[in-house]
Amino acid sequence: MLWITIPFGTIALLLVPLAIGTDAVLLREIGPGMYWVIVMLFGVLVSVGRSSMETLPQQDASALLGLDPAAGFVGRTVSSAILLMIFESVVGVVAVGLYDISIIGPLWLLATMLIVAIGLALLGTLTGAIVNSSSAGTALVPLLVAPLSVPLLLGATQTYDGLLGGYGIVSWVLLMVAVVLVVAIIGVVSSRPLQET
Amino acid sequence: MGHLEDGRRVENLPAEDHGLVAPLVVLDGVGVRIGSTQILRDVNLEINAGEVVGLFGSNGAGKTTALRLIATLIRPAEGSGTVLGADLTSPDRYDVRRRIGMIGHVPGIFPELTLAENLRYAARVAGVPTDRVETVLAAVGLAGAADRPAGASSHGMQRRAEFARELMIDRSLLLLDEPHSALDRDAVDLVEGLIERKAAEGGAVVVVSHDRDRINKIAHRTVELAGGTLS
Repeated sequence: MLWITIPFGTIALLLVPLAIGTDAVLLREIGPGMYWVIVMLFGVLVSVGRSSMETLPQQDASALLGLDPAAGFVGRTVSSAILLMIFESVVGVVAVGLYDISIIGPLWLLATMLIVAIGLALLGTLTGAIVNSSSAGTALVPLLVAPLSVPLLLGATQTYDGLLGGYGIVSWVLLMVAVVLVVAIIGVVSSRPLQET
Repeated sequence: MGHLEDGRRVENLPAEDHGLVAPLVVLDGVGVRIGSTQILRDVNLEINAGEVVGLFGSNGAGKTTALRLIATLIRPAEGSGTVLGADLTSPDRYDVRRRIGMIGHVPGIFPELTLAENLRYAARVAGVPTDRVETVLAAVGLAGAADRPAGASSHGMQRRAEFARELMIDRSLLLLDEPHSALDRDAVDLVEGLIERKAAEGGAVVVVSHDRDRINKIAHRTVELAGGTLS
């Protein structure tokens, strides 16, 4: 999955300067926002793709080994989050090089990347479980993920802007953490019913 | 119909004669819907310890759904039932799943892992010592292929690996969907040995197959699924 999304994410970052021209100041200004948009769009693909890789016979086999559905949800989320951190890191290096993005507050940025990775992993895993259990199929994915990922996108971009402008970022970080906690609780609680529908 | 070693028919014996306490599976008027489609309706079935039950039915009759129902992986829409004492609609069914083995016609193993890694994963999740992996792989004739990726193994080898998993984990109920397909003569003997052993140990086996002659030889009784109902 990463071998597909990393090149496409990189190409998407490359297309923006081609579309708007090589205005270095403008690129530096919109670079962080573009980076997070790319992370959201392609990150969800990584996460949903990862969670829907498991076939029904594999799911049945794991269930009959006594694997609790909630544990399965957490495991799939962790593996997606690791993949997303790799995706964010590689595409992040490209974005910094291409848009000349300043690295301010590296620990906060790293924390933001981690929260977004976990949040997208949770959203993708939950959406994948809903899609697998529903006859509506993949048509549901953008409808479910788009509104739920907006707070993460807002939080991530505003955190960077806050670090750049020197104003408070705690409320934005808390917003992202709250989204992560809410989706995590929904995912764990719904894992059993979703496995059986 | 099946017989005990002394020639007596199992279904004619009183329960205490073959060590039965309670049926391992009880389905009482069970119906299953998937979406808006009624797959099973008014299914009544009891399976006792020590029994091997053959399940026949044409394509699309609901045999696989019936196995997944007995495996507690599907909740019934109508009726009631218990499997290994756990109600099919109560959370208790999660506790008995580890005692139910199922081998479907599509292998439930992970192609990215080797055959041995698949078994180690199964052992860890099921709480079985992983040092049994090599032994059971050897028992199914896969000792030399332990480190081969499952995805690069033949369908027959993947099925053997699944039988190795069932040898490794102590199951009370074994559900087999077309267990003879894609297997060579040695593997077929292995499967039938596993079925006999499970029944002799006081477990129960349900075998879905189109091969009536073969199933009639190993099953104590057979049931037919037609139009979503057992007969």
